[in-house]
Amino acid sequence: MSVLRVMGTETEYGIAVPGQPGANAMVTSSQIVNAYQAATAARARRARWDFEEENPLRDARGFDLAREAADSSQLTDEDLGLANVILTNGARLYVDHAHPEYSAPECTNPLSVVIWDKAGERIMAEAAGRAATVPGSSGIQLYKNNTDNKGASYGCHENYLMRRATPFADIVRYLTPFFVSRQVVCGAGRVGIGADGRGSGFQISQRADFFEVEVGLETTLKRPIINTRDEPHADPEKYRRLHVIIGDANMSEVATYLKVGTTALVLAMIEDKFINVDLSLEAAVADLRAVSHDPSCKYLVTLRDGRKMTAVQLQTEYLEHARKYVEDKYGTDVDDLTTDVLDRWESMLNRLADDPMQLSRELDWVAKLEILEGYRTRDGLGWDHPRLQLVDLQYSDVRPERGLYNRLAARGRMVRLTDEDAVTWAIDNPPEDTRAYFRGRCLRQYADSVAAASWDSVIFDIPGRESLQRVPTLEPLRGTRAHVGELLDRCRTAGELVAALTGQD
Amino acid sequence: MATKDTGGQRQTTRRAEETEETEAQSAEEVRERHEKLSDDVDAILDEIDEVLEENAEEFVRSYVQKGGE
Repeated sequence: MSVLRVMGTETEYGIAVPGQPGANAMVTSSQIVNAYQAATAARARRARWDFEEENPLRDARGFDLAREAADSSQLTDEDLGLANVILTNGARLYVDHAHPEYSAPECTNPLSVVIWDKAGERIMAEAAGRAATVPGSSGIQLYKNNTDNKGASYGCHENYLMRRATPFADIVRYLTPFFVSRQVVCGAGRVGIGADGRGSGFQISQRADFFEVEVGLETTLKRPIINTRDEPHADPEKYRRLHVIIGDANMSEVATYLKVGTTALVLAMIEDKFINVDLSLEAAVADLRAVSHDPSCKYLVTLRDGRKMTAVQLQTEYLEHARKYVEDKYGTDVDDLTTDVLDRWESMLNRLADDPMQLSRELDWVAKLEILEGYRTRDGLGWDHPRLQLVDLQYSDVRPERGLYNRLAARGRMVRLTDEDAVTWAIDNPPEDTRAYFRGRCLRQYADSVAAASWDSVIFDIPGRESLQRVPTLEPLRGTRAHVGELLDRCRTAGELVAALTGQD
Repeated sequence: MATKDTGGQRQTTRRAEETEETEAQSAEEVRERHEKLSDDVDAILDEIDEVLEENAEEFVRSYVQKGGE
């Protein structure tokens, strides 16, 4: 494979009610999810998430019928954890760890990942706007960042479908140095040093100071550079889902694009056993932080073989391997996106080595740093000045009129890879080349009959059928438009669809 | 062989000259870029001043999150 792979992002958004610091984040997060649900599918039955293993099928029947009528503001603590919507674009919008989370639908390439990730920002902005119109509510504000600068961090995870046969030890060996160094491209920038942000200064990454170990299962404490969670949400004999927790939440489209595009390339080299040069670091966790703490990009990491190099040079080693890999494997038959990722990656690394500030229109951490340095120069502010911390926070505000990234983008100052029409379309429509297409279209046209759904199933409640009808979607590349588009066009009801799928029509 | 070598050398020299020219240009470009950037940044700061939340200190102090993943 190349940059093409089944993958996607999931983002926990920061949430605040200005003027009410004590607001319960579980409550406000639920208000966000429910407001979006109410606005977009007022008449539709609320399909629940299918936790298939824990819940026998029959349990799904009639689950939350009583909740349909409830106004979002009437929710009690008891059902707050359940706020959960499956969207017509195939995404999941729900409450996780006291944050509203958008899990984007499965995509097959880095550009689609950017489009459906950006659609998530628009959905959050819309949800917050809707929540504010509920009588008695206060304005809820949402931030696509990763820390409150007081010790708490929340994630923007990436998921990559991989071959089960690939030894996990290979993934750890070859991916760890890549993850330590890729932040120079995809860091989101942060004012404050240390998990609690008390140290004075600017660093490249939001997340670096929260990582404590190299490998592990945890995601909320003792966070590991390589996370071992293994829920493939697909045929476990064939696939593993690599769950990446180390990335920052990016506003920049170029950053998200290169983040997933270059990672997909490295994974391809690992799966094909192409990469065999050990770039392991002496002290990966310490280097992760040290690289983040040096916006000049001059810090030298130490490899186990004794070599010292900058993070940019380490990335360049991966780039050179990737160039050779793609040349060997595809020659001139390479797809356009793979070529584009390689070219942009190379251009990015060259300019980072030359002068990182050249990337202020492309990368989040540089765009943020340029504004911050502007304030420092104009107003003589020290790094611990609250206005600089506010700039850091408000950069990620999802509102088009108040979010600083969004203002920069509106001025044409940030390089965009998508056009806004594509993003708007992706708010309501799924990618057409994965099973998200089947899920999204089922939610769109049979919402009243979908009792539950998950990444790997859609469960129908069909009038006249005694039991619920579960349609498994264990193959991420089936259920595409090419595969089921015509079928879905033809079936007016869920009953017709299930009959067709089970050969009973 | 000899002809080929000469050709190769000539080409190398020409490349080196081109490289020098490029470097001279880029030094000039860098200076212009930095000047233009600072004008730009001033305009951006003015715009950001208009939309920044009021009372920065209170705002960032009250932004407290529960940990996530």
